[in-house]
Amino acid sequence: MSGRERTKALSPEGYATCFAGIVWREALRFFSQRGRFLSALVRPLVWLFIFAAGLRSVLGVSIIPPYETYVLYEVYVTPGLVAMIQLFNGLQSSLSMVYDREVGAMRILLVSPYPRWFLLLSKLAAGVFTSILQAYAFLFVAYLWEVEAPLMGYLTLLPVLVLTGLMMGAMGLLLSSLFRQLENFASVMNFVIFPMFFASSALYPLWRIQESSVVLYQLCRFNPFTYAVEAIRFALYGQFDTTSLTIVTGVAVVFLIMSLFAYNPSKGLIARRGAPAMAD
Amino acid sequence: MTQPALRIDGVSHSFGARTALDGVSLTVPAGSFTALLGLNGAGKTTLFSLVTRLYDSTSGTIEVFGFDVRREAPAALSRLGIVFQARTLDLDLTVRQSLLYHAALHGIGRSLGRARAADVLEKFALADRINDKVRNLSGGQMRRLEIARALIHDPALLLLDEPTVGLDVEARQGLIREVRRLAGEEGRGILWATHLLDEIQMSDRLVVLHKGCVLAQGPVQQVLAHSGGSDLQTAFMNLVHSSEMKAAGQEAAE
Repeated sequence: MSGRERTKALSPEGYATCFAGIVWREALRFFSQRGRFLSALVRPLVWLFIFAAGLRSVLGVSIIPPYETYVLYEVYVTPGLVAMIQLFNGLQSSLSMVYDREVGAMRILLVSPYPRWFLLLSKLAAGVFTSILQAYAFLFVAYLWEVEAPLMGYLTLLPVLVLTGLMMGAMGLLLSSLFRQLENFASVMNFVIFPMFFASSALYPLWRIQESSVVLYQLCRFNPFTYAVEAIRFALYGQFDTTSLTIVTGVAVVFLIMSLFAYNPSKGLIARRGAPAMAD
Repeated sequence: MTQPALRIDGVSHSFGARTALDGVSLTVPAGSFTALLGLNGAGKTTLFSLVTRLYDSTSGTIEVFGFDVRREAPAALSRLGIVFQARTLDLDLTVRQSLLYHAALHGIGRSLGRARAADVLEKFALADRINDKVRNLSGGQMRRLEIARALIHDPALLLLDEPTVGLDVEARQGLIREVRRLAGEEGRGILWATHLLDEIQMSDRLVVLHKGCVLAQGPVQQVLAHSGGSDLQTAFMNLVHSSEMKAAGQEAAE
């Protein structure tokens, strides 16, 4: 057997096959872990059915764009809960990358002949795909709960969910490169998810936060998650908020570049420290 | 002249202040069974990680059939298969799914992937487990599956990092026999990392790695002659002792 003569060009079909394989594997894992799917769905539904219903009479929301009239609190928090699904999913995907690194499956992915940036983007896209499935499943249940958006909004939401999902996924990817063990990563999730979620416009409009605390208002303004929530909110009503979309895109690109750098075999953190169980 | 399956020249690598490999050079001829012998911590796994480009070496070159793993990574990586020391199987997938996923990572579509999967499973006596979840396989079967998986894209070079760890005597012997057949009958270059002397035969090529340095390499008989040992254990101990003495002398001089 001679390895030299055989030509093994990376064809466009090969790229497509590789991409499809990575998404397929993530989908298999996702659907085989029913608990993960259910908890991803139950979490925002608990917020919607219990938290929002309880606060409906306490928190009124005045008319702010994109709403054209007063809305119930459940209606207001729904975009924030969709963003929360994506936030959890982005970090869940990264948790699974840390797990993959620990059990070695990540090594099998990274020794593929396809470029590392392509492999990581494919992995990221697979995570975005599963987050969109969860988001629409949640919106369907919310619809049955009479939290309804214009039908066109469900369509205009799709490209925005891709963008916000990429931002959350890229952030998770970067975090996964920073931590070597699942235990460390789990605690980071607490430090990332909850501050990002609460210090945003997911639960309260920014003007209301500004009335309560200027410091918190400023924190919310610098929180990229706020812009993901607003992008989703506007898209759900058939509008594109260019400021939010620009910021979400910019943050996604920055996180992505940083995470690709971190996973670069010659420059990144993985190269400098070595992956677990590799440093014999 | 035949291109070697693997040529490593002057490769060094450090993790922070700790030097894991120091100017390592070795060759694995095509179609040969080459044993990489070293104690735990010798640098075998680091070397494998560099060859597979999990991270890049700080100096030196690594070529797979003449393709530089840094500059021509796709060509190099598509020609090698790897079995890592630690298990790298996704336990939630079935045997078939595992193989099809790996085939996809090498750009092989489902129909060809299915045919290749059937072929490699037949070779490794796992055909009857094709629809079973990986978690239901025994330790020996998981290892055989990892080797089958490493072969699904038909690589001409196979790297195995202590693949017999945790296997019973029968499974170990069966595995070694299978891998030797891959070199002898199918002409694949094999680099077999081990710390177990009884896995090495007199007809093999041998590379002795100790504390990140290659102490000797060549056909086993040549290494024995070079080290002045009558058997592998004596030869290995002689080489390690001589290396330790040399290092101690250098330290004292400094």
